[in-house]
Amino acid sequence: MKRQAKLSVALITAMLLIGCQGGSQAPVVATDTGGSAAGDFGPPQGEPIKAVLTSPPNVPPPTNRTAPAKVIVELEVREVEKEISEGVKYTFWTFGGTVPGSFIRVRQGDTVEFHLKNHPDSKMPHNIDLHAVTGPGGGATSSFTAPGHQSQFTFKALNAGLYIYHCATAPVGMHVANGMYGLILVEPPEGLRKVDREYYVVQGDFYTVGKYREKGVQPFDMQKAIDEHATYVLFNGSEGAMLGDNALKAKVGETVRLYVGNGGPNLSSSFHVIGEIFDRVYTEGGTRYQENVQTTMVPAGGSAMVEFRMEVPGTSILVDHALFRAFNKGALGMIKTEGPDNKAVYSGKEVDSVYLGDKAVSATPVAEAATASASGALTLKQQIGAGAALYNGTCSVCHQANGEGLPAVFPPLAKSDYLKADSNRAISAVLNGLSGPVKVNGKDFNSVMPPMSQLNDDEVAHILTYVLNSWGNPGGQVSAAQVAKVRGTTARPKGAAN
Amino acid sequence: MRPAVLVLGLLVAAAQGSGYQRVPGGEYRSVLKYEDLKGSRAVAAFELMTQPVTNGEFLKFVRTHREWQRGRALPLYAEPSAYLSHWQTPTALGPVTSARQPVTRVSWFAATAYCEAQGARLPTWSEWEYVAAADETHRDARQDPAWRERILAWYARSAGAGLGVVGSTPPNVYGIQDLHGLVWEWTDDYSAMLVSADNRSQSEADRARFCGAGALAVDDRENYPVMMRVALLSSLRGADSTSSLGFRCARSIR
Repeated sequence: MKRQAKLSVALITAMLLIGCQGGSQAPVVATDTGGSAAGDFGPPQGEPIKAVLTSPPNVPPPTNRTAPAKVIVELEVREVEKEISEGVKYTFWTFGGTVPGSFIRVRQGDTVEFHLKNHPDSKMPHNIDLHAVTGPGGGATSSFTAPGHQSQFTFKALNAGLYIYHCATAPVGMHVANGMYGLILVEPPEGLRKVDREYYVVQGDFYTVGKYREKGVQPFDMQKAIDEHATYVLFNGSEGAMLGDNALKAKVGETVRLYVGNGGPNLSSSFHVIGEIFDRVYTEGGTRYQENVQTTMVPAGGSAMVEFRMEVPGTSILVDHALFRAFNKGALGMIKTEGPDNKAVYSGKEVDSVYLGDKAVSATPVAEAATASASGALTLKQQIGAGAALYNGTCSVCHQANGEGLPAVFPPLAKSDYLKADSNRAISAVLNGLSGPVKVNGKDFNSVMPPMSQLNDDEVAHILTYVLNSWGNPGGQVSAAQVAKVRGTTARPKGAAN
Repeated sequence: MRPAVLVLGLLVAAAQGSGYQRVPGGEYRSVLKYEDLKGSRAVAAFELMTQPVTNGEFLKFVRTHREWQRGRALPLYAEPSAYLSHWQTPTALGPVTSARQPVTRVSWFAATAYCEAQGARLPTWSEWEYVAAADETHRDARQDPAWRERILAWYARSAGAGLGVVGSTPPNVYGIQDLHGLVWEWTDDYSAMLVSADNRSQSEADRARFCGAGALAVDDRENYPVMMRVALLSSLRGADSTSSLGFRCARSIR
């Protein structure tokens, strides 16, 4: 009893110690950047600067400033009809004429004078909520703007990070579902790590009355939006926004940064780039990064910055890894990377062969036979050995290892009257394939054997020699010359590989 | 016999153009939240123009009421850069604007003046909402998804896409046309139904922006078509106008 009690005390002490260590040694406090309380660098200096706004997938250049400035942003709301998919029109409501809206780039501590203009042709009033704003509504309460009007408000960008902005006019979900969102980057005072290329990608879900890819003008479907049954899930507002000629471009050796946002309105994104590993992910668009990430979660109304170095040429595919969105609702984009191959990193396809599983056999006899055949000293035994290896690799998948085939599907080679009757016909079947009805050992078969175009004359001869000398067949020998003769006198089937 | 009567009725309606149609009184539930009223809202019988006022009709009005011509109207009552800016001159429509299109780019003050000149007034929001709740066969079709979808489909078309002419939608059960699917319409008391500028706030509309007991907020958040109309009107001041905002007049029945 006493011993047991002592042990428990020791255990509890150990646990307490572990707990203390975990709590006191966390490095978070030491590197805290101070948040909004530390984000005011004083009054703006110098002349006001007009912000450079860019359409997706482009990103404005770094601010390259060391002092806070007054930055003037002029953003125009336009209601525009565009293609959401090939042959499918949709009326988007936009900040700047595109989905997502124009990219805005400022520096922490900047004073931003924001002008929201609502085009006279707009049908709706609109406003803007920038998640980078500290204040009621994120600007929405100060920017409610009728068609043909403009509003102005000013805010100081106190927190660094990558922020979504969006419309917040009733019904908010509908305004967002129609494409009213974009990104504003607030650079930390020291700027961001230098990269070779920056791109702007925002996911959004769309709800149309017609089905996915149903042609014509498609109106918004409120019920589908309420039910969260997206018709389209897209990067940058249309199915082809980053495909084919519109693919993002990079070169081998370059580091790419994607500013990724998710406008929603409903769905979170499992953002992934096929064939890349994110070297760094500034999760949720914040200050710190995680390294070596495969897929990062981008919530609706949230963001992430992802960075990766292009090591090899080729096409990398951007997807929402909730995969039916990628392949059935349009959430696909491309980065095409040009440059020299690096076979050490990625070889490309080296082998394309039949997988044998436990039927794998040594290829040694085949090599032996090839050498012997070249020197003219090929024996029957060598031929049978090589034929067995080749048969197991190529033929046994259908005709089975014991040559019995499969009843009614693949004809038997064992004790086969068809084989026995005409060896040239057998050679032709291997070379050119065989399809249509045949009768073997009294049974009817009607299937397709493809031409074995990958086999050379020697190999065909080995296989047939092996077959003739196995499973109760009469024996005999087929020579490469005989195969060559058949090859030269029979018609190659259309579509044969070579 | 009945079809003949129906045809005759239609002919009369067509001949009337934007004449007035008597709308029987009744009770309905507003999507707006009235602080002083719970449940249904009563609307007394009144008369409403069957179609919105057209460019042609408004042109006649400004020819006789010169103070409402573009360039003459006081900026305080009609924002000069927008007011009737789609007409070729202050007194001529020009080739791209049709006399049969509803007049747009008119301020609330100008619309009010037009109706007053007719011995009429703008309809109240309650009157407008009450009549606009109907479809061709029901007095209150607002819970019908088809009714909502039809209106939302119009919202989805850009105002820049070109404006139709009045009378192009079927008359509703009261014989009134174009309440949906053509233009937004001013109401007399539009400024009393402000939606909060940030429509997500759970508190009601910004009380500081209007006074008295007319404080309203949206009650039926499901009813998007009506909510958007309220949002549009609440984004405007009385001198403002847009390319998709028109009006029609109403008369009280004494």
